[in-house]
Amino acid sequence: MELDAKIPAGPLETKWSQYKVQAKLVNPANRKKLPVIVVGTGLAGASAAASLAEQGYPVTSFCFQDSARRAHSVAAQGGVNAAKNYQNDGDSVYRMFYDTLKGGDFRAREANVYRLAECSLNLIDQAVAQGVPFAREYGGYLSNRSFGGVQVSRTFYARGQTGQQLLLGAYQALMRQVSLGKVTLHSRHEMLDLVVAEGKAKGIIARNLDSGLIERFAAEAVVIATGGFGKIYYLSTLAMGCNGSAIWRAHKRGALMACPSWTQIHPTSLPQSGDYQSKLTLMSESLRNDGRIWVPKLPDEQRAANDIPEQERDYYLERRYPSFGNLAPRDISSRAAKERIDAGFGVGAQRNAVYLDFSKAIKEQGKEKIKEKYGNLFSMYKKITADDAYAAPMKISPAAHFSMGGLWVDYELMTTIPGLFAIGEANFADHGANRLGANSLLQACVDGYFILPYTLANYLSGELKKEKITTAHPEFDRIEREVITQLAGLCEIKGTKTADYFHKKLGKLLYDKCGLSRSAEGLTEAIEGIKVLRAAFYKDLIVPGTADEINSELEKAGRVADYLEIAELMCHDALSREESCGAHFREEYQTADGEALRDDENYCYVSAWEWKGKDSLPLLHPEHLKFEFIKLSVRSYS
Amino acid sequence: MKIHLKIWRQKDAKTKGKLVDYMLDQVDHHMSFLEMMDTLNEQLILKGEMPVEFDHDCREGICGTCGMMINGQAHGPVPGLTACQLHMREFEDGATIYVEPFRATAFPIKRDLKVDRSAFDRIIQAGGFITANTGQPVEANTLLITHEIAESAFDSAACIGCGACVATCKNSSAALFTSAKISHLAKIPQGEKEAAKRVLKMVSRMDEEGFGHCSNTEACEVECPQGISVLNIARMNWEYTKANLLKD
Repeated sequence: MELDAKIPAGPLETKWSQYKVQAKLVNPANRKKLPVIVVGTGLAGASAAASLAEQGYPVTSFCFQDSARRAHSVAAQGGVNAAKNYQNDGDSVYRMFYDTLKGGDFRAREANVYRLAECSLNLIDQAVAQGVPFAREYGGYLSNRSFGGVQVSRTFYARGQTGQQLLLGAYQALMRQVSLGKVTLHSRHEMLDLVVAEGKAKGIIARNLDSGLIERFAAEAVVIATGGFGKIYYLSTLAMGCNGSAIWRAHKRGALMACPSWTQIHPTSLPQSGDYQSKLTLMSESLRNDGRIWVPKLPDEQRAANDIPEQERDYYLERRYPSFGNLAPRDISSRAAKERIDAGFGVGAQRNAVYLDFSKAIKEQGKEKIKEKYGNLFSMYKKITADDAYAAPMKISPAAHFSMGGLWVDYELMTTIPGLFAIGEANFADHGANRLGANSLLQACVDGYFILPYTLANYLSGELKKEKITTAHPEFDRIEREVITQLAGLCEIKGTKTADYFHKKLGKLLYDKCGLSRSAEGLTEAIEGIKVLRAAFYKDLIVPGTADEINSELEKAGRVADYLEIAELMCHDALSREESCGAHFREEYQTADGEALRDDENYCYVSAWEWKGKDSLPLLHPEHLKFEFIKLSVRSYS
Repeated sequence: MKIHLKIWRQKDAKTKGKLVDYMLDQVDHHMSFLEMMDTLNEQLILKGEMPVEFDHDCREGICGTCGMMINGQAHGPVPGLTACQLHMREFEDGATIYVEPFRATAFPIKRDLKVDRSAFDRIIQAGGFITANTGQPVEANTLLITHEIAESAFDSAACIGCGACVATCKNSSAALFTSAKISHLAKIPQGEKEAAKRVLKMVSRMDEEGFGHCSNTEACEVECPQGISVLNIARMNWEYTKANLLKD
């Protein structure tokens, strides 16, 4: 299989505008004959569903939550990037493009990343038009701050709740289309399979989580916008319901998965405090604008943070990366924290944290100023830990956060199954091997508002005259039966261990062997370990109740079943990439200073994997990345 | 620590529910309230019983999914918190805790602590948005909004739609939720144009959904995990009166 990314020819600056000029259109009168399914109502899904409905396509939209407003985009704190250069500090589309490619360790497509930076300008305008209350200067102009991995202020923010406000903007646009009858929204529904008929994506099978009813939905195109699968580590910054099931079922129906092992581990999460813990809470990276990160110079230090004198503190990020300091990118900062923790300098009860210290900023700017900038984050910290971060440093620790991998898509955001599109975190594109802060909200929004509406129309224009496939097609029968059999199978095991038990075991295994650092030995062990765990799952799982009622344990079990397969592919992916890049740190490939050692000669590609059945190894299809406009360089932040 | 729980169990909206007693004897005081519930559910499942169904997702106080009455208070005893951010350190060893669903006619019970809050979505559908298609909006900085206005709009926009205001109100009024959205959009210039239409439609939708009237008890503000102010309700009333007076 030769992967064609369908990148338009011509100069970088005009690729997207040329594409838009040449893309085929659908006559407004014909759009109502081309129904579209959008799965997920986060920033990507809600913005796509609303924008497509505005154009006149009948949209059916799905989310597993009770309301479209609850998707996990709502929890993103820090901000959204745009190369507006409002601060007159030298920002430009090109600079943002370069920062993003470099931040991703040169493992993303030039054309996609340039388009991301280009569309960032429109997004801020769009969000403001919808009423998103971004921070403003006293004169009324928009305000900006800085994020990791860049040296300009290009991040727009709404206090520490930027994701919430952007999502509410998209949700409100979606609700407007629901009220106009253009979008049919099914909340409390989970996509359990994809229906591919006559070689094209033609619908989904979903479970109504209120009644357990298995329902069929047909359309001319299916858009997956279900976010990432970082919850596979169990302890993560993600919501409890975040999962990889929709993309995994699509993968098993023929869509390739790209770079699944690239999971961002965020440096500023709250540390784990006990075995009962269900999730880790993130503190916005923006805190690193004013907070200084350090650990004691003495191993196994017992004194309280405030009792440790200045000269006995190791500000390791400032020491190792003087020009970026505390704003070093996430992969670098996370790894540096792990290095210090593993070397015995960790702090806190479990010795698994580092300090994020605001005492200097409070001394220089005053408590009030710090409160104005980060007040809600400090109060959130207090709610969870009962500690006052104005008085003593916060304790933070790295945690699984964002999937850079996902379904492989071409420049049009279409997967290898015609008619199946993947947008936002559900696809692999744009971030490379590491995502810079404030780029995730951007990608999700841009995919949904500005890219998909063009590329999907280009595809749909070819479908107008084709015969329509309905839910009476035999493929719907067949796949529905498979879904029902799988659910009944999970209920019938009647073993002695819950879905959470297996999820926690899997998470620990992955975090240790396919987390912040990986080795061939560890990954090989992990693959074996996952197989054993999977066999145990199908023998010893317990799901109470039945499949035809509200049953949250059954929902969990289905997701864990998929995680047990995704995990194995993640390890194969990590094992096959014999280099270190971004979030993927292979212990065998590092410089003398412990920095990631990339191998551009052999691994400058996107790993796209084909499912070959449950007892076969996945098949790798590399998409070689061509860099025409920039020169690959060693990623240095020192 | 040891915890005695009295939890509302109800199969569905039609079946009668009741409080059921449970005992947990190894609760860590660092646990969140929902992690304590997870522990209970794990034990119930292993005994072959159905776990307690409750809604939850982000577990960091922002998605608005979780919601339950804990000892008669929405989201429990600590002000400004969602149930997911409440920790067991707030309770005494040996305490008895009552856990019940958010109750309101407009929020029918689905099972146990899970309720249907889709009425909130329908209030937003009635007009809780700015009519702006995706495409070519004006350059964002051509629209000047002062720092104070942006901050004040944000204060209203921060509502998470959890429903605590309704559950705690003796009239089951949705005035705080609805007014927060009305205020957010009325305060900023983009939202001003439709403000009159918006308030009339949203208020009438609120009534149709079966929410009660606001009688200014202000319990909603006390229980709101986001500290949404009742001044929003005053603002809604002002917008409503203005819209009615000036309508054609």
